[in-house]
Amino acid sequence: MNIIDRRLNPQGKSLANRQRFLRRAKEQVVKAVRDASGKRGIQDIENGEKVTISAGGVREPSFHRASSGGVRDYVVPGNKEYVEGDTIQRPDGGGGGRGSEGSPDGDGEDDFRFVLSREEFLDIFLEDLELPDLVKQKVKQSESHSLTRAGYSVSGSPANLNLVRTMRNSLSRRMALRRPKPAEIQELEEMLREAEEAGEDATQIQALREQLEHIVLRSKRIPFIDPIDVRYNRFESVPKPIAQAVMFCLMDVSGSMTEHMKDLAKRFFMLLFLFLKRRYRSVDIVFIRHTHEAKEVDEETFFYSAETGGTVVSTALEEMQKVVRERYPAEEWNIYAAQASDGDNMSSDNAKSVTLLRDAILPLCQYFAYIEVAAEHNMGLSALGRETELWRTYKQVQSPERPLAMRRVRSRREIFPVFRELFAREKATA
Amino acid sequence: MSVVITKPDTLLYDGVDWDYDKVKRVYDAIEHVALKEMGLDVYPNQIEVITAEQMLDAYSSIGMPLMYKHWSFGKHFARDEMLYRKGYRGLAYEIVINSSPCISYIMEENTMTMQTLVIAHAAFGHNHFFKNNQLFQQWTDAEGILDYLEFAKTFISQCEERYGHAAVERVLDAAHALMNQGVHKYPKKRSLDLRLEQKRERERQEYQDQTFNDLWRTVPKPAAGARPPKSVSERKKLLGLPEENILYFLEKKAPRLEHWQRELLRIVRHIAQYFYPQKQTKVMNEGCATYVHYQIMNRLHETGRISEGAFLEFLHSHTSVVFQPEFDDKRFSGINPYALGFAMMQDIVRIAEKPTDEDRQWFPDLAGRGDGMAAVRDAWANYRDESFILQYLSPHLMRKLKMFSVRDDAEDPYLLVDHIHNERGYRSIRKMLARQYDLGFLEPDIQIVDVDLAGDRKLILHHRVTNGVLLDESDAKAVLRHIANLWGYEVQLVEVSSISEAILKEHAVTAPSGVGG
Repeated sequence: MNIIDRRLNPQGKSLANRQRFLRRAKEQVVKAVRDASGKRGIQDIENGEKVTISAGGVREPSFHRASSGGVRDYVVPGNKEYVEGDTIQRPDGGGGGRGSEGSPDGDGEDDFRFVLSREEFLDIFLEDLELPDLVKQKVKQSESHSLTRAGYSVSGSPANLNLVRTMRNSLSRRMALRRPKPAEIQELEEMLREAEEAGEDATQIQALREQLEHIVLRSKRIPFIDPIDVRYNRFESVPKPIAQAVMFCLMDVSGSMTEHMKDLAKRFFMLLFLFLKRRYRSVDIVFIRHTHEAKEVDEETFFYSAETGGTVVSTALEEMQKVVRERYPAEEWNIYAAQASDGDNMSSDNAKSVTLLRDAILPLCQYFAYIEVAAEHNMGLSALGRETELWRTYKQVQSPERPLAMRRVRSRREIFPVFRELFAREKATA
Repeated sequence: MSVVITKPDTLLYDGVDWDYDKVKRVYDAIEHVALKEMGLDVYPNQIEVITAEQMLDAYSSIGMPLMYKHWSFGKHFARDEMLYRKGYRGLAYEIVINSSPCISYIMEENTMTMQTLVIAHAAFGHNHFFKNNQLFQQWTDAEGILDYLEFAKTFISQCEERYGHAAVERVLDAAHALMNQGVHKYPKKRSLDLRLEQKRERERQEYQDQTFNDLWRTVPKPAAGARPPKSVSERKKLLGLPEENILYFLEKKAPRLEHWQRELLRIVRHIAQYFYPQKQTKVMNEGCATYVHYQIMNRLHETGRISEGAFLEFLHSHTSVVFQPEFDDKRFSGINPYALGFAMMQDIVRIAEKPTDEDRQWFPDLAGRGDGMAAVRDAWANYRDESFILQYLSPHLMRKLKMFSVRDDAEDPYLLVDHIHNERGYRSIRKMLARQYDLGFLEPDIQIVDVDLAGDRKLILHHRVTNGVLLDESDAKAVLRHIANLWGYEVQLVEVSSISEAILKEHAVTAPSGVGG
């Protein structure tokens, strides 16, 4: 008998099968993931998710008999009262006194349920999205530097001496110039000593001695390591894109913002957070809410606590500017901002907001997304195309070279499409 | 007053934790009981310790330690994993592979008693059955299977690289759908040698490579209609029709398949064939293993080799394994093969050793022959589920399980109790139960009956309908689509009543576009 411990064998043997399965069920999984993402909180959206897909695309058909029709006989155990000729009411589903019918392994036509890992979930969730091109340029400009190995050089500091290269050069030079090896010198000395001890011919001894002198001199003339052998590791400083980002969530929390609108805003923020999280090693979030005055708050307060007051948008922009100045210098951070509002603003504040946005905020930001949320039932007004105060205001700033995007969202359904629209990978960027 | 319980020093192990020494000791003790006292005959054993995750892995690839890659295994894994993680379902304690050496998996989290039970059950019970049952001897090649699977896995991954995942998947999907229609049900002249299979495939490939000549492509094709049309019966004879092994037929005769596609079909067919005996011997195989572990554990207990506590633990899992809910219980899901198998084995021993008058009348050869163990060994060697039940199910057991038969005619509003466990019903019930285990009856009888290769090449299949039960329509359609993908031309399935030869239903699938070579 053999006992073999297989516990340490490579894990995840079925990974390849799983990938094949996901590829196969792609369409349905994508749909399931998009549905599931609607029900999640902002921070925990990236955990794995149990998804349910219809069994259609991953059905494994086989020839088998239909579960109804025809004449069937069954033998079952546990008779209590029946005698031959008794009749039994047909149970629901047409089967006899049998539970095994239907599907033998519990799968059949039902929906198929399984758990997606966090990675798989996000991969599918954020498929085809890309940070806009203009952001990439920005990233390049705001670089930090790091040293990277870049070949060898003949000069450098002793700490960077590359011993292997140096010795290799030294060896080839010594071979090329036929520097006598220590062993050769030793051998010659040995021969000389033997000859002297044996009292051999003086001329022969003399010849040996001259030969020895010659090679010793030669080995002195050709150094073991010459300055031309020496090589140093060379380092080059390479620009490195900044791998951290901060995301500002700005939201109007004045009375006119309904729960529905806040919910829409939350969903958008959630998507943006997720998306940034995939691209940057660390992502900070700053929540700034405003009425007629702005305040930095935590997430809970941001979304759930009510506030009364007027609406002055510029206060939020000022607050953001302040936070950036204090904690997130633009040279070190990629700054993204998303503002959600119902479009109200005090008329007297419009000019100030425009100036702030154009001259202070946008130059700092990689991307500034303005989402205007509207009540779902309020179709008529918006359909008429009446632009809100803030929309009109921001529109003045919008231009192709400014990283400002504006979208209107009315219902939950539109959140994801709008998000995708904003970040869709540009097809012709090859 | 205190009672001092002294542990007898004959104990093989004590406590729950297991280690390799204990496993070794237990194995030796079990081996002694199994081979010397019970007269079992087994392949050499290989016991492998695995984790729960590896157990799930093994589950999803139909229990084999190595398997080619296919999405359906990923699907099963995803489902099993979720059921397991959410606690809906436990894992099997063991998996055993019909190979030589016989590989049994044991899980690391099992207790020592469970390991003992698993070794007795799998490494001796199933192992004996695999080695001695005539079906397994005839149909499977225990020595070659692991090597063959290795070959299959490499071959398929090479195909994936060369022809792309999608192309391979397409063939495998179709082959999997036809797995049940991919076995030879009647013995061939030559027994299966899987090692030879690999060699053959290699040689064929080499021969093709060596003799490749592009000129063949340019040879003019014979003019259409040059050959005289053959009669239908002659045509069928040439193609070996009718043929119930659909995979085999497609592999050999499908006009538009490439060499590698045929080889894929062949691989799936071999694997289906390998599992065919297991499908036919569920009751016997489990009955044998359960009976063996029950005997061994009892013997170990009698001789004081395992403690009372361990024995109780064993009894607990044993009884839950052989539990048979009654038909009106909500846990009922058909007859439990462990329960039926175990009960029948015990019954055979009883009949052989302590028969009643009734037994003497029903089993004149078996009753009172003594040596019950030899009697069950005979049964294990020579029967499959259907014939086993037909031969050995006794009135005693039918009464004990209170079996009765029900007739479900879709045209009647009620179900009819046909027979019960009484003098008039024994034979019918036994016959009916045996039929429930007859694969030839359980699986629809589908055959390829005709194709005109010189004409439109439409493949015609017949399903001979018994008792008016038709095929599940949407699945049948899907499988036909798969067949059409392999065949390359139109496929038609006709459901014919086996009594009146009347056509009950027809399904047809048109030729796929752009398939084949």
